[in-house]
Amino acid sequence: MVNIQTQASNQDSLQAVDMMLNLGPQHPSTHGVFRLVLWLDGERIVRAEPHIGYLHRGSEKLCEREDYTQIITLFDRLDYVANLNGELAFCMAAEKLMGLEVPDRAWYVRSILCELNRIASHMLFYGVYGLDTGAMTPILYGFRERERIVLLFEAVTGARMMHNFIRVGGVKQDLPEDFVQRVNKLTDELKRGIEECDQLLTNSELFLARTKGVGSIDGPTARDYGCTGPVLRASGVKEDVRVSEPYGIYDRFEFGIPVGSNGDCWDRYYIRVEEMRQSLSIIEQAVKQMEPGPIQAKVRRIARPPKGEAYVRTESPRGDFAVFLVSDGGDKPYRVKVRAPSFANLQSITHMLRDAYIADAVVILGSIDIILGEVDR
Amino acid sequence: MTALEGLFYGLGAAGLLVFLSGTVMVLTWLERKALARIQLRMGPMRVGPHGTLQPIADVAKLMTKEDITPSWADKRVFWLAPAALLMPALLVWVTIPMARDLVLRNLDMGLFYVIAVSVLSVMGLVMAGWGSANKYAMLGGLRAVGALISYEIPFILAVLGVAMLSQSMDITRIVDDQRSIAYIIVQPLGLFLFLVAGLAELGRTPFDIHHAESEVVGGPFVEYSGAHWAAFMLAEYINTFTVAALVVLLFLGGWRWPAMPGDGALHTLLSLIWFLTKTYFVILAIFWIRGTFPRLRIDQLMAFAWKVLVPLAFVNILLTGLVLYYDLGWWVLTILSLLSLAAAFYIIFGRYGSRAERMTVRVYSTRELGLKPAVRPQAAPPPDGSPVQVDKAPAAGA
Repeated sequence: MVNIQTQASNQDSLQAVDMMLNLGPQHPSTHGVFRLVLWLDGERIVRAEPHIGYLHRGSEKLCEREDYTQIITLFDRLDYVANLNGELAFCMAAEKLMGLEVPDRAWYVRSILCELNRIASHMLFYGVYGLDTGAMTPILYGFRERERIVLLFEAVTGARMMHNFIRVGGVKQDLPEDFVQRVNKLTDELKRGIEECDQLLTNSELFLARTKGVGSIDGPTARDYGCTGPVLRASGVKEDVRVSEPYGIYDRFEFGIPVGSNGDCWDRYYIRVEEMRQSLSIIEQAVKQMEPGPIQAKVRRIARPPKGEAYVRTESPRGDFAVFLVSDGGDKPYRVKVRAPSFANLQSITHMLRDAYIADAVVILGSIDIILGEVDR
Repeated sequence: MTALEGLFYGLGAAGLLVFLSGTVMVLTWLERKALARIQLRMGPMRVGPHGTLQPIADVAKLMTKEDITPSWADKRVFWLAPAALLMPALLVWVTIPMARDLVLRNLDMGLFYVIAVSVLSVMGLVMAGWGSANKYAMLGGLRAVGALISYEIPFILAVLGVAMLSQSMDITRIVDDQRSIAYIIVQPLGLFLFLVAGLAELGRTPFDIHHAESEVVGGPFVEYSGAHWAAFMLAEYINTFTVAALVVLLFLGGWRWPAMPGDGALHTLLSLIWFLTKTYFVILAIFWIRGTFPRLRIDQLMAFAWKVLVPLAFVNILLTGLVLYYDLGWWVLTILSLLSLAAAFYIIFGRYGSRAERMTVRVYSTRELGLKPAVRPQAAPPPDGSPVQVDKAPAAGA
């Protein structure tokens, strides 16, 4: 660290120099262990340099020495806010490789849980985004709603997080008997909760001042950076894997895709709020359509997919979560590559940070909604 | 000064110090409870009934904590900073009356003194920011200077409006002048200016850019711990109490009750209770604001001060002057004040248009997107030449 006092008191170096500020890896607003090096001219950001890798656990490499059932637990820990969406992506890749026909009921269970997890993830985003902009109340409202979902997850999967519930070819076990009542009650509560959260923050003048027109990125640029999910849709690109390349049973539901037009922080924020409403509608439709039936395709206890490779895209709360799986015919994958949406979205931060203020850096980083577990893998 | 007077002032100052420290303890508890109420929480519940003894536990904790000095710190500046912030906060109270004669020393230029002394607190923040040798602290300190200097102007101009109305800078006289009608009714614009500029002076939400936990991580206080940090907090809460008390004295009629019963000691006691009740209501409003709003950015903060508050403050003085010069009724000023306040609100809240105009997110339905394929990709067989090989018989236990 350069001593700022000697630097300033030294006669020879009295010309203005850009101040290097190390935002993170231990900073409350970096959403984990992310390091952003900023060169500042007063409060203006001259240059920004993101550094990642502080949470690298070698998950992809670890996958090569675990069998297919064990790998699911590793995928829980990639996007640790939306665990089930990660599990689903890996299981779908293995199923594609094995050509498995997953029973309908299993797909309904997966869809309901994944959409609930999307809401839970966006609720966390909502609360933390409030903190980033300086409002301390939203996080408690966001967590109240998230808690309801997490309690239902506990009833279904036995765990609040790190569920290890989705299996290659289906799900671990059937839903509890009172699931339909509970989920109906939950959707009613969530509807009210989402509206309450929306009213608390969205149209606050100060919130608008902090987010409207901040960190704008246009559609083509966002696409060039590889952005997906809410970050891309905020820039006006109508792209959602659930619609453009439907997987599972998503073609059976009617739902909306919120698309922004400015590509600024407010659009990215509000798209997530709107997505929560759309997810609720998917859940309601799925609960109505769901019928009893088997929940697991027939799979050998130790799965051995045939030699080959599969690439599967899913829409996680953060965007296009894709898994590339190569099998050499053994009980362990030859290679697993995760295309993490946070990682690609995070690249665009240098573009968004141009001419921003320090305070904007926090708001922009928050609006990308990164999960470091997924960025570093 | 005779020995008796010296004793009187000494005892008074000691009493004031005890009173203010006690007030700060109540305020910390009250803030946590008020915020908890807003935020679906209980707040402190463990120490004493409803956490009422929590402030005592906090003091015990802070006093026994290790007091750390960063090795790069400019030690003298670093250690002097808490005192530089705390002293002005305490000195202001020399002339702030809490009831008719319940004041250490009533000054004819009381308001002038209060403003002049309270400005000094900027030094404490700058010293803390500089002395800590921490970039976050320095950013916070510089932010504090920028914000405080900008907001000092509307703050003083708002006070000037009151001084014009009562033709005096003696706070006791200002309160007496509100015997029939409180200045909040005569000058609502002045109250708005004073409260907003006061919040910025205090560095409270939405103007808390120099603390800004999510940006500069506590700003000037980031390197402080233990008793020195406690001194900062003491100063901050005393300042909050000061601004709330000034709002009450200058705009809400101070301790005056329309028909205050009794005289002498009883009168003083009732006045004090009434004054504190009003002050705590203002403080609760400040806490309420904290629980509701996000934080402004530094450029927006400056723009708000120079483009909105300063012109409004001049309008306020101009209107007050005109009304006084032509000897119009006070209700003329009320109407003009409200009109300019409404115009200001219209400009501030019209920035982003109506709700429909600012809604830049549109929801496209799946049908509208027309991207819906007929078959599920899972069911489709892989095309020829695909590297995916389908395992036909994975039946378990077969």
